[in-house]
Amino acid sequence: MASFWAKEVPATILVAALLMWVMPMMIGTYTLTVLVIYGMLGFSLGLIWGFGGILCFGQAAFFGLGAYTYAIAAINIGDSTIPMLLAVLVPAVFAALLGAMMFYGRLTDVYLGVITLVVTLILFKFINSTAGPEYVIGKARLGGFNGIPGFQTLNVPGQPNDYIYGDPYYYFCAILLLIVYLLVSWLLKSSFGRVAVGIRENEVRVALMGYDVRARKTVLFAAGAAIAGLAGALFANWGEIVTPNLFSLGQSAEIIIWCIVGGLGTRIGPIVGAAGLAYLKFLLGQQSMIDNTLLTGIILVLFVLFLPKGLVPAIASLWRISFGRRRKLPRHGARRIRNGGVGNG
Amino acid sequence: MDLVFVIIVEMLYAVASLVLISAGLAIVFGMMKIINLAHGEFMMLGGYVTITAVSLGANVFIAMLIIAPVIVGLIGLVVERLVIRHLYGRLVDTMLATWGLSLFFIGLATTIFGNTTTGISTPISGFTVGDYQVNGYNFFIILIAIVLLGLMYAVLKGTRLGLIARGAMQLPDMAAALGYSPERIYMATFFCGSALSGLAGAILAPLVGLVPTSGGAYIAKAFITVIAGGPSLITGLMASSGLFGLINQIFTFAVSPVMGEVALLVAAVVLLRLLPQGVTGKFFRGRM
Repeated sequence: MASFWAKEVPATILVAALLMWVMPMMIGTYTLTVLVIYGMLGFSLGLIWGFGGILCFGQAAFFGLGAYTYAIAAINIGDSTIPMLLAVLVPAVFAALLGAMMFYGRLTDVYLGVITLVVTLILFKFINSTAGPEYVIGKARLGGFNGIPGFQTLNVPGQPNDYIYGDPYYYFCAILLLIVYLLVSWLLKSSFGRVAVGIRENEVRVALMGYDVRARKTVLFAAGAAIAGLAGALFANWGEIVTPNLFSLGQSAEIIIWCIVGGLGTRIGPIVGAAGLAYLKFLLGQQSMIDNTLLTGIILVLFVLFLPKGLVPAIASLWRISFGRRRKLPRHGARRIRNGGVGNG
Repeated sequence: MDLVFVIIVEMLYAVASLVLISAGLAIVFGMMKIINLAHGEFMMLGGYVTITAVSLGANVFIAMLIIAPVIVGLIGLVVERLVIRHLYGRLVDTMLATWGLSLFFIGLATTIFGNTTTGISTPISGFTVGDYQVNGYNFFIILIAIVLLGLMYAVLKGTRLGLIARGAMQLPDMAAALGYSPERIYMATFFCGSALSGLAGAILAPLVGLVPTSGGAYIAKAFITVIAGGPSLITGLMASSGLFGLINQIFTFAVSPVMGEVALLVAAVVLLRLLPQGVTGKFFRGRM
């Protein structure tokens, strides 16, 4: 824990600050903002799937729920501070209830996948059918397939007319991602995080050691949903409209693909995967030679077949092979001399 | 009286279409423990093959019942050889790879057929019962579903091939020791599953406007039906299709079609919470 505060936190902040400063020179901040938001969304699934072993097919449900909560609350309240908090809270509570239902029922892998998928579909179908004027929450009409436009976007707390947009909004999102990243890093370093990884590795063993697996999984699931909800609220602010497509299966699929490509079980992997693939999609969207979906599909299949661990772990091991050994070699040599040349090094 | 008749037909039709939608996935999942998330896209391809074949001058029933299943089955065979056979025993990886395949097929169909709605007219005309108009094609779908279930039962229970397939499903090592290559059995099973998906897509094609993304409408329903059915292939399929079809239609008639869909999904969540191993994990154990 000491080395975490002394080494990892300052190093992370330094790297993040550097990236925050360098990236706008290459990519416009408008695009960059959405990459950061997608990074956060990928990170939320990376947390519960990569460290908790919970494969959620409906992370988009929490993303969409966060966005809708923000939009509805912002229309009713008119100031963005409380809606932002609600957009984190509502998905978290929803996920805690859903998670409690699933984990206390001892549902695992496929069945978990089905339920999360189905819940996403229910939300998608329901929101899509709310076009009529009778679907109103406070002052906000749900708007069905057209979504909700024209809500109050992010402002300086207490001053509804001081909007945060453009470059400052990019820095706002990037700093939020950094804070979330540090919080999750701290969570994973704590005993809770280590038990969560233990549950991922062998659930029965951890349960037999006396830990309450169900409660821990529920809490982790809710934490992931809270992050996804925050990403949703940021996305709503960026796009200035929320539509039912946020809940769609395609969105859920994309989040899973980001995690797989970036690398499960790492913190940085899903962020890199999300931002990288979203940028690739953005670039591909500018040409019409090859269909976008076709390429996404090919990428996913190839990664599952040839690089199932993802990019970041692959690069890390490549790094270790090509640079790591050079540092270790003298030590091996020393030991061999001490042992009189016996042993396999 | 007429209304009762219409409602009964509609309910039977809902159950039958669920059976059709899920059969291909049920075979692949039940026999190989693989969840084929490209199932919906196989159905979509079946629809496109039918429409293309009909526009090239083939008889519509030949196109639906023979050409579409064979072609989609062959596509499935290629997919199995290239991708899926490397992933046996890795449930989550197969789900992800087949999800990738589904995106691939959507892209492919968009490239070839364009992002527009196509369709063919229903080959069987409707008739009236009292004040109500009944779609004659619904009876055809009900008939096909019954024949399909009967055939599956007969093949699995009655033939030597079915016996070998069931054996390989229970104990692949033992089947291999007796000289039957599980790899070839899996390959054949995947071919049959894909062909059934193609058949279902072809038969449902006249009822829906076909777009490259229309597979997504089927996959969730099929997925739910198969998982809720549980380990027994045919009994499970019948039980969960019956239950979900019934619930769907009751809510469709009582409230609205959207609520029918939502009720189906809610029922699935409740059912899985109560019976995590599916219907046949608890009842009708040991049946097929």
